[in-house]
Amino acid sequence: MSTTISVEHLSYTYPGVSDAPGVPVFEDLNLTVEEGSFVAVLGSNGCGKSTLAKHFNSILLPCGGKVYVGGMNTADAERLIAIRKTVGMVFQNPDNQIVANVVEEDVAFGPENLGVAAPVIRQRVDAALKQVGMYEYRNHAPHLLSGGQKQRVAIAGVIAMEPKCIVLDEPTAMLDPKGRREVMDTVLRLNKEKGITVVLITHHMNEAALAQRVVVLDKGQIALDGTPKQVFSQVDKLHEMGLAAPETVELCHDLNTQGFSLPLDSLDIEECAQVLYDVLKA
Amino acid sequence: MLKDITLGQYFPGNSVVHRLDPRTKLIALIVYIVALFTAGSWLTYAIAFGFLAVSIAVSQIPLKAIVRGMKPLVFVLIFTGILNLFFTGGERVLVSFWRITITLEGITRAIFMVVRILMLISATFLLTYTTSPISLTDGLESLLSPLKKLRMPVHELSMMMCIALRFIPTLIEETDKIISAQKARGADFESGSLMKRVKALVPILVPLFISAFRRADELATAMECRCYHGGDGRTKMKLLRLKRPDYCAFLLLTALLCVQAIVSSVGL
Repeated sequence: MSTTISVEHLSYTYPGVSDAPGVPVFEDLNLTVEEGSFVAVLGSNGCGKSTLAKHFNSILLPCGGKVYVGGMNTADAERLIAIRKTVGMVFQNPDNQIVANVVEEDVAFGPENLGVAAPVIRQRVDAALKQVGMYEYRNHAPHLLSGGQKQRVAIAGVIAMEPKCIVLDEPTAMLDPKGRREVMDTVLRLNKEKGITVVLITHHMNEAALAQRVVVLDKGQIALDGTPKQVFSQVDKLHEMGLAAPETVELCHDLNTQGFSLPLDSLDIEECAQVLYDVLKA
Repeated sequence: MLKDITLGQYFPGNSVVHRLDPRTKLIALIVYIVALFTAGSWLTYAIAFGFLAVSIAVSQIPLKAIVRGMKPLVFVLIFTGILNLFFTGGERVLVSFWRITITLEGITRAIFMVVRILMLISATFLLTYTTSPISLTDGLESLLSPLKKLRMPVHELSMMMCIALRFIPTLIEETDKIISAQKARGADFESGSLMKRVKALVPILVPLFISAFRRADELATAMECRCYHGGDGRTKMKLLRLKRPDYCAFLLLTALLCVQAIVSSVGL
């Protein structure tokens, strides 16, 4: 499989205010994201998750090292539009990324910027809204929608540009559980059905558990990298970094300290129940 | 209290008025205002009123919405009415005491002025209620596009207007939240002298401005992410095209102006 995003020896320092020295975030970070994969990026506050995401489509440019998106160097100013067309971004606050007053006109904003012809925009907008399940709301005003619906509109706005990859920066942080589920279902579907590469930055372990691969950032370095089962079974390491595993793994881990020896890779409730059932039965 | 502000809010719908080209509606509003200001008799006012009433009826906009939008303007209306009532000279004096005289002309003039403002605002509401802000700014952009040659930032202006309109409800909601939060901490906005009440607004305005700036920053990033790079090479999903209802509207407007002109010249 080819790579969509590759980060090579990335270093980045936030510029200091006036004479103060800058704050280094990354010193030598390497990461590749395979095409069509679903990668979750975890990390405690201030570990550089969002900063990393902003490097994926030239919002921030590396101080050292290179970031490639679909083979294009993000520092190449001439290909800026092509880069941003390849990697779409969805942010935390749905209110602050919706530009227009009507849902469908907001979704059209990206394709309009790309200079797509009017009938094609119409098709793309309808398709995008159908994919996120918001087609019936196409003539609504965004401020009357719920948080989850707004975030789905924001996702539709990104997929209307037909990107290869979507980077979601804590898209569910401001949503209630229902909205969170709506957004996650949409993201999963886009990844499975459309083959869009997804990079999900999140605080919720249960969301990360849905990914194919979990990358844990700590102090500007990649601390853990693997399948959700591999990463979450290292509960003690996660705790050291101020993170937690999904509740089911935490439960098994706690039981293990009480003398059980349960496997630490049950990521959903069904699986966990089965493990406990087997142990208690024996 | 902030929920009452309906100025510039769009009522989605599918009436003929909704479907008119925004440029038609903008020009119609200007023509209508001209017609209103040339009106000077009961008959001409009646014609202008009839035109507006039919337009509102066709648009299916609830009358309540228009009346609600008038509320903040009650003071201006009363002020205009009183001013015209007392300061219009005339022959037929009805009441006269101290320095105030009320004449028959004054009463007529006051009624005309108030009615004129009411119709003017209703017509403006009809435009903003039936036209989504985006198509409104599209229409403005298209009408003003000849100015691009004079290096006027027409696209930028229409984008700014569009975003401002988009954030009105969001910021109103935010203001409501801040007011509640400050009330919860014991802030008092309702009592005290005028000065004190103005000062009490500071703890609302400061957080509101900070949050607005933060929003602006995030929005700018989000727009850049969606490949926004100014007006060059930008296309539109909804192309503006004049259709038959638009031509009909122009015909009706011309008719309105002609009738007004004829009626006034005859002296009715």
